Amino acid sequence: MNLTIQVNEGPYQHQASDSAYFFTKAALEKGHEIFRVFFYHDGVNNGTRLTTPPQDDRNVVKRWSELAAEHDLDLVICVAAAQRRGIVDDGEAERNKKDATNIAPGFRISGLGQLVEGGIQSDRLVVFGD
Amino acid sequence: MSILHLVNKSPYERDSLDTAVDYMLDGDTMLLIEDGVYAAMSGGKAASKISGMKVSVLGPDLAARGISEEKLVDGVTVVDYAGFVDLVESNDKVQSWL
Repeated sequence: MNLTIQVNEGPYQHQASDSAYFFTKAALEKGHEIFRVFFYHDGVNNGTRLTTPPQDDRNVVKRWSELAAEHDLDLVICVAAAQRRGIVDDGEAERNKKDATNIAPGFRISGLGQLVEGGIQSDRLVVFGD
Repeated sequence: MSILHLVNKSPYERDSLDTAVDYMLDGDTMLLIEDGVYAAMSGGKAASKISGMKVSVLGPDLAARGISEEKLVDGVTVVDYAGFVDLVESNDKVQSWL
């Protein structure tokens, strides 16, 4: 089965990101394919590399980055949601004249069309949010 | 065609469970996750609404809230994340009632 996962909430505020992560991991372990994980609304906050949670707490951002590296996942952040919340990659920094970037490894910023494509190309779209 | 209905809110907080129940058709399944697991408690507010329906509950979210499996409404089955994936696969569509 081919899956697209949508994450609408940021880390630590709500369980959605945790649920999405454990679901994605379980699907990969069962041999399913993850077409894309799309981070929308406050979900874009899962993609900043500047978070420093306490060492004895789960590191939500790093966990997504590591899962992406291990399974070659496509982690996509919605560009309009990212601009509102200050999630910046090299392209966005140049376009909007920002003095820094903060995107975490394994994530990329793109448009809502990527979510639509995920819905069309995947067997199931599973949405996690508040 | 069958639909997996995901409910993640406590019935004491929002009415998403009621909405999901209203939309459920024969052959559909409901999966309770996150605070939605409170709906699966026998004697609770939602117990009569879900009895007789195909309802599963996510075990790790039950455990995180200190609810033992003996407290569940009869007929509710407990699944882990692998079981969650299986439910997504065995139904044609997934609807999250956020």
